[in-house]
Amino acid sequence: MSRYDPTEAGAISVEALHMTMRFGDFTALDNVSMTIRAGTFHALLGENGAGKSTLVKCIMGFYHATEGELLVDGRQAVMTDPKMAQTLRLGMVYQHFTLVPSLTAAENLVISRADTPAVIDWRSERRRLDAFMAGMPFSVPLDQPVSRLAAGEKQKLEILKQLYLGNRFLILDEPTSVLTPGEADEVLSHVRALTTASEITVLMITHKFREVSAFADEVSILRRGKYVGGGKVGEMSVEEMSRAMMGEAPVVSDRGRATTVKKPLLELRGVTAKDRTGLHNIEIDDVTLNSGEILGIAGVSGNGQMELMEILTGQRRLTGGEIRVNGASYSATRREARAHQIRYLPEEPLRNACAPRMSVAENLAFRMFDASADGGTIFWKNAGAIARNADDLIAGFNVKTTSPAARIAALSGGNVQRAVLGRELTGAVKALIVSNPCFGLDFAAVSSIRDRLIEARNNGTAILLISEDLDEILELSDRVLVMSEGRVTFETPIETADIAEIGQHMAGHG
Amino acid sequence: MDQVEIGLWGVPLAILGGAIRVSTPFIFVSLGECLTERSGRINLGLEGTLVFGAMSGYAVAYESGNPFVGVLAAALAGACFGLLHGWICKFKGVNDIAVGIAMMLFGMGLAFFFGKPYIQPQAPDLPAFNLGWWSDIPQLRAALQVNVLFIAGGLLAVAMAWMFRSTRVGLIVRVVGDSTDAARAMGLSPDRVRLLATGAGGALAGIGGAYLSLYYPGSWTEGVSSGQGLMAIALVIFARWNPINCFWAALLFGGAGALGPALQSVGVSEGYYLFFAAPYVLTLGLLILTSSPDRAMQGAPLELSLTK
Ligand SMILES: Nc1ncnc2c1ncn2[C@@H]1O[C@H](COP(=O)(O)OP(=O)(O)OP(=O)(O)O)[C@@H](O)[C@H]1O
Ligand SMILES: [Mg+2]
Repeated sequence: MSRYDPTEAGAISVEALHMTMRFGDFTALDNVSMTIRAGTFHALLGENGAGKSTLVKCIMGFYHATEGELLVDGRQAVMTDPKMAQTLRLGMVYQHFTLVPSLTAAENLVISRADTPAVIDWRSERRRLDAFMAGMPFSVPLDQPVSRLAAGEKQKLEILKQLYLGNRFLILDEPTSVLTPGEADEVLSHVRALTTASEITVLMITHKFREVSAFADEVSILRRGKYVGGGKVGEMSVEEMSRAMMGEAPVVSDRGRATTVKKPLLELRGVTAKDRTGLHNIEIDDVTLNSGEILGIAGVSGNGQMELMEILTGQRRLTGGEIRVNGASYSATRREARAHQIRYLPEEPLRNACAPRMSVAENLAFRMFDASADGGTIFWKNAGAIARNADDLIAGFNVKTTSPAARIAALSGGNVQRAVLGRELTGAVKALIVSNPCFGLDFAAVSSIRDRLIEARNNGTAILLISEDLDEILELSDRVLVMSEGRVTFETPIETADIAEIGQHMAGHG
Repeated sequence: MDQVEIGLWGVPLAILGGAIRVSTPFIFVSLGECLTERSGRINLGLEGTLVFGAMSGYAVAYESGNPFVGVLAAALAGACFGLLHGWICKFKGVNDIAVGIAMMLFGMGLAFFFGKPYIQPQAPDLPAFNLGWWSDIPQLRAALQVNVLFIAGGLLAVAMAWMFRSTRVGLIVRVVGDSTDAARAMGLSPDRVRLLATGAGGALAGIGGAYLSLYYPGSWTEGVSSGQGLMAIALVIFARWNPINCFWAALLFGGAGALGPALQSVGVSEGYYLFFAAPYVLTLGLLILTSSPDRAMQGAPLELSLTK
């Protein structure tokens, strides 16, 4: 076996042979073999919980595969730990962010390098970083702690980090789920250009067929941990791909919009708050959410949507103005939320709406564990009711989990999303406030969640939909607002919505 | 030395001198704890380490006749305590706070056991610099008697702040303290980093102990520490895990601690003992004043069991 020379330039290939991964008696990956040829853009498809993340984590040495082997650049590689992957120039952008929250972007980049000098000369490092950034298609603020960046910015930084490290095989786990379609195209076309030039090989996990058709050369499909098909992208139709993914063609629903009674439910009047940096203000002058409508809030990530969500969930203190629900002042306490039947699905639900180390069943019980049938509170926990509630929601929302007693943190990204949505949509709900509800879901799940949102709307629920996916906004909303730099800068009913005009307002050129 | 009549000026001077004297162990213990906590672990055992450092430093200084050898021995003993703490915490399901409390009692018990023979003899003291040579007011000269370890502590605070900002080791400690997952993804071994950080933190606490027995109060007794090792942990929180702030906080604390004796020295005889509580009241007051309803504790390492 010849020694691997890490200084060689150019893309490298990776082959997984008979990979099996078991968690206890659960087989997440079952004898999967696939080849990612050097210099290709390879897409990995599969529904939520299919084992995609597990496969790539095995490739990266983050998990140790129970069985199977790995060839990197044609040579056998034993991935003992992620450092090994790094020396072989394999890099990965994980689905759950792995940036260090309190370090600045610049510090994150520099420390991730294998050859970080013992003493860092920040002036020259900054010069080099700036030069590197100048050659990139997008940039992020380098001097802010990463915890202050919005999801989209974090994702960009993750990709930048891999390019900065000079990795030649890049795994992207749903890199675009937090980007706007425009941003996604921009990022992917840049990545695509690098593969065409044979500088890097890319393995991208995605749920978006559009991206597969537009950017990928080849595709592999996993279902329930097994390899079920793949090939050249040009030679496979979207139907074939989705059939392989789901086992059958998905049912396309036609979402009928019922006419609903629209009465003002939730109002924001002159609301001001500090943004996440503490330097700028969020100012929402006048927004009214009506019953029976979906009010979409569009905007490029980092323009105050995250703060708006926090204002509405009571996580961010108001510096002025007020929120009213049904005419009464509202400060988003649990009691008020319960009285007014307001529910939430924040972004990154594992972090913002779950107790990660508690079980799935317990997490699903957050809305009901202390509620008695007559609307009061109970003192003793009702284990039977909690178990029944969990079983109902797991079945009803198709949550894939090894058992209701499993820690919710062990669920795949999409399944966490489904579980939380299930919890928030049960019982009587007057208003639902959601942020990026389809972040990281496969298309069947996306479609079922959107169905549920429309269904809730048709039943008279008021839905505030904050989303960075403009397509989603246009598909679901009755009315569209655009947020830019912490303010609502534009409003239009869906009938007269014009993508170009909305896009301009999103970009801040109103 | 003749006392020059300087009236009420005696109070701030006494406080200054007292602050420098009293704060030195705080500086070392809090810097040690700061380093450990920045790596995502909390070591409550530093009180025990401090007492054991005081004993071993004194004993070795007495046997060898050299106070610096004593300080070195205290640092080594402290490092051993830290490493033991770090090693135990490596095991699954072990809680660092519980281990810390056990280590505190263990360190104190061990120190009392081995320290019995050293309660009587007199070990050599650590030297001090006379930064007040230019003045002929004896009170000022007394206040500006600055011990070596205070100066070393100040330099260490600056060095540690620089380390966290501009060295690989410093960034690695912060990465591990902030996100075990990110650290693993980088191929770092969080347990190893924490082990070493706890060891180094223990060494610093040991030095703080040696100061107690070798400079001020300057002898080994079982009551040599009055809870400095525990107060230093509150100090770190108040200093928001910033080494430079640790230094200032320690000084402020020392100053508050010197308030009672200073008032006593100018003849305030009534109620001055209330001022002995000043450091504790000060900590409470400052922690409340600097807290914010909007933000989580700023600068807290996210892997810390305190903030999780
Ligand atoms: N650490 C773990 N312990 C136990 N089970 C796990 C663990 N990691 C993943 N699983 C299980 O393995 C299965 C595959 O998970 P994986 O994260 O690979 O799915 P995925 O294809 O990436 O899905 P998604 O599109 O939702 O991200 C899931 O059912 C999940 O619950
Ligand atoms: Mg996944």
